[in-house]
Amino acid sequence: MADNKFPNPHEIEAIPGTEGWERMYPYHYLFSTKDKERKEYEDNAFWFNDALHYPEPMYPFDIIWDEAWFLALSQFNTRIFMIPPALGVDHRIINGNVYITPVPVTDPEEVQKRIPLFMERAGYYYENWDKLHDQWKKKMKEIISDIENLDIGSLPDMEDISVVKNGLGTSSGYALLKNYDKLIDLGILCWQYHFEFLNLGYASYVTFVDFCTKAFPDIPLQKITQMVAGIDVILYRPDDELRKLAKLAIELDIVSLIGGDSKDVEAVISELSGSEAGKKWISAWDEAKNPWFNISTGTGWYHQDISWNDNLNIPLRSIRIYIGKLNEGQSIDRPMEEIKAERKRLIKEYRGLLKTDEDRQTFDQLHGIAELVFPYVENHMFYVEHWFHSVFWNKMRSVGSIMKTHQFINDTEDIWYMSRSEIKEALWDLVTSWATGTKGYGPLHWPEEIEWRKGVYQKFKENRPIPAVGTPPEVIVEPFTIVLWGITNDSMAAWSTLKEIGDPDKVKEMEGFAGSPGVVEGIARVCRSVDDIGELKEGEILVAPTTSPSWAPVFQKIKAVVTDVGGIMCHAAIVCREYGMPAVVGTGQGTAIIKSGMKIKVNGDNGKINIER
Amino acid sequence: MEKRHNYVLWFEECDLKSFPLVGGKNASLGELLKADIPVPPGFAITTSAYNLFLEQRNIKKEIFKTLKSIKTEDMDSVEEASKTIRALIEGTEMNDDLQDYIGEFYRRLSKKCNVPAVPAAVRSSATAEDLPTASFAGLQDTFLWIRGVDDILTHVKKCWSSLFAPRVISYRIKMGIPHEQVEISVGVQKMANAWSAGVMFTLNPATGDQSTIAIDANFGFGESVVSGECTPDNFIINKITDEIIKKSISHKTILYTRDPESHCVVKQAIPDERTDIQCLVDKDAIGLARIGKKIEKHYGKPMDIEWAIDKDTPGKAKIMILQSRPETSWSDKKIEPVMKPRSSALAHICAELVAGKKVN
Repeated sequence: MADNKFPNPHEIEAIPGTEGWERMYPYHYLFSTKDKERKEYEDNAFWFNDALHYPEPMYPFDIIWDEAWFLALSQFNTRIFMIPPALGVDHRIINGNVYITPVPVTDPEEVQKRIPLFMERAGYYYENWDKLHDQWKKKMKEIISDIENLDIGSLPDMEDISVVKNGLGTSSGYALLKNYDKLIDLGILCWQYHFEFLNLGYASYVTFVDFCTKAFPDIPLQKITQMVAGIDVILYRPDDELRKLAKLAIELDIVSLIGGDSKDVEAVISELSGSEAGKKWISAWDEAKNPWFNISTGTGWYHQDISWNDNLNIPLRSIRIYIGKLNEGQSIDRPMEEIKAERKRLIKEYRGLLKTDEDRQTFDQLHGIAELVFPYVENHMFYVEHWFHSVFWNKMRSVGSIMKTHQFINDTEDIWYMSRSEIKEALWDLVTSWATGTKGYGPLHWPEEIEWRKGVYQKFKENRPIPAVGTPPEVIVEPFTIVLWGITNDSMAAWSTLKEIGDPDKVKEMEGFAGSPGVVEGIARVCRSVDDIGELKEGEILVAPTTSPSWAPVFQKIKAVVTDVGGIMCHAAIVCREYGMPAVVGTGQGTAIIKSGMKIKVNGDNGKINIER
Repeated sequence: MEKRHNYVLWFEECDLKSFPLVGGKNASLGELLKADIPVPPGFAITTSAYNLFLEQRNIKKEIFKTLKSIKTEDMDSVEEASKTIRALIEGTEMNDDLQDYIGEFYRRLSKKCNVPAVPAAVRSSATAEDLPTASFAGLQDTFLWIRGVDDILTHVKKCWSSLFAPRVISYRIKMGIPHEQVEISVGVQKMANAWSAGVMFTLNPATGDQSTIAIDANFGFGESVVSGECTPDNFIINKITDEIIKKSISHKTILYTRDPESHCVVKQAIPDERTDIQCLVDKDAIGLARIGKKIEKHYGKPMDIEWAIDKDTPGKAKIMILQSRPETSWSDKKIEPVMKPRSSALAHICAELVAGKKVN
């Protein structure tokens, strides 16, 4: 461990021109030397940049989800399920980037005391998994319906007469404050539910992984996940809908009306509505929109991750790719039966190699539970990060639009440069001045402040975050840290060497996780977002910060994938395994080091990438 | 249909049932072929041919008369008898029909291998080999790189006569096995002309992982790998999915090959342009691993296998299995449970959480 040296968190300097950035974020996210005890705690912990969730610096508003999971993950570990050796995950911010550290239970006696509590509490969830999971789905659908029906409202010059005749007793100003609170509350609640099952899901997965790697030291992690991964995963549904729509277009003989990418979705729909066949297709298209087009084009973590519903040209373009494949006589169906059969075979074969009945019993126990919990681990993202978030961002835009109307901000999208508590305060400013018939203070303060914040944010973006700060641990007990961020001695060593490489233009070899096996050489195409996928040519290698289900159609065109963030369970890895193409994920800096047009070699067997210079 | 003579049989026609006719070695080659495991092609000259030879030339009586003259405790008399008998066998010409039978099979073998007068290994295959208390294994001779019908016939007779080597005679006397009861078959098998060769384990010898196959390979014959004179290319292949998990290509400096003049195996330096080149292509490594799985299944245990890629066979590279023996270093280890058995998955999860994950 001595070789892996990381900077002290208190010695990181502000980027010139960003001084004062701290006020953009919650005060308790700051590293501080003010108090000796807190300083020591911060020095001795290992804080790593959560690049998995945040490939870009944090917008002051978007940190809402970070705070939400800070609370939710931690409370389930520490206070609800009483994970014996692990408390929560602590958070900090340096130069706009989030750093996290798992907090262990240090007193061995305390760990022992927590064991029976964990057994009882986690045991209850595992035993009643299906029942509780059904209940979870109900709860999620309820809050999604709540947020969809939430009307943020507006501030009229004069209240409607109904306010008087119904004896309402409140104003639109009060309603705006209440609706904003409700919106934020629903968001926080959604994240409470998000973690209800996730910790236990990961804990059982980690245990199964550990058994498999002990029994079969050479087993690729991919094979382990293949043995537990669900097949009818809800996250694949949006893409399945596109395939169906592509087939339907051919069946109805309306492909010519769908046209090429230069034709806008509105033009397509209006032309289609002129014929019976076209109407039939439109009704299928409309039906697919809700909920399936609530899929985000990014991870859903950032406000700029718009959904298909926000730009219907995105799914339409994908449908055109599928139509093209169908016209070439290719099958676009996921080979479901083959995937199922292969999964079954893997389980049988690996189990068959175990030497004793005891081992087979342990395998069955652990595989059984991992298989039980895994569909949740895979599916929760559609409900939370995609569906809920997509609706949430747009509701926030309604709030932004009111603030713009009242000149508190210059543009609706400026709202993301304010924290949620600043917005609440500004809304008070806004509704009181509206109520009073005076000018608020906001227009004098926020536009100027936001201009400055934009400059700071830009500087944050231009500076690549340090992968980690503080003191690396010897043992990690927190299941998330292992599964999601893949924190191992190897990854830490890789991070510490990355720093020393210095000039990204000279790097010839880089490493990530072997996400999907195979070796391929080809031309790289860097796509920073799903908007860039139009530039991809047949047979290129996609290099992206991350991918999500809305990228699915591009996998038809490419021959390998490299991502900055993600572990073995990330979207790119899962999809590539299905398509049988190599993927190296979680490279940290793939999009920074690799440029479009470069010839690269992607080795999905060992996670290495060679760059020809 | 006319019943064919049973003096010479292709390996494909041999199996455990034909053991009395073709001996243990040839029978097991036949069994391997039946299990779809490619061994170098060849044929068995059966015990019937041996008996025919003894009877046709009327030398059988002579042999047993000579054997009777042995005085049990007198090594000199054993030596004497052996010399007489072996000279008799080796000096007596086979009948024309027997020569034709063997010659015809040899010519067909050469044609099959696409090599005129194909170099072959001529080895005896004793019918008493597998008697549990009287192992004759290794007591008979093997002759390598034999070419041409005349030489083949000569060495077949040498194999036959090896049944009367002094040590073999003494052994039979000691074990109380009547000389008349023991018969001998001879195998004639193409010499693998290895482009590359090496060893294969049906588990990873480094980790003991039985879900993988490990292959070591170098150019030329397998001697350089077996002897450890050369760092071979190494492949780790997932047995379940037939995917290469790990591959390391080494700097390979020497190889063993056959000198075209002397027909002897010689050591040579690998030309510079080939030293760092993968000596076994991925497709063949995977093909070899598939065969490894069949061999393991055939014997029901992890195996240690010698193999070669033959360069004579026309068309695609031809994998040949030369030797298989049970793997011992991991297979003999005491079996420990992977994880301590526990009453429930939850108990495992809890134990796992408490143990945590060591990161260094």
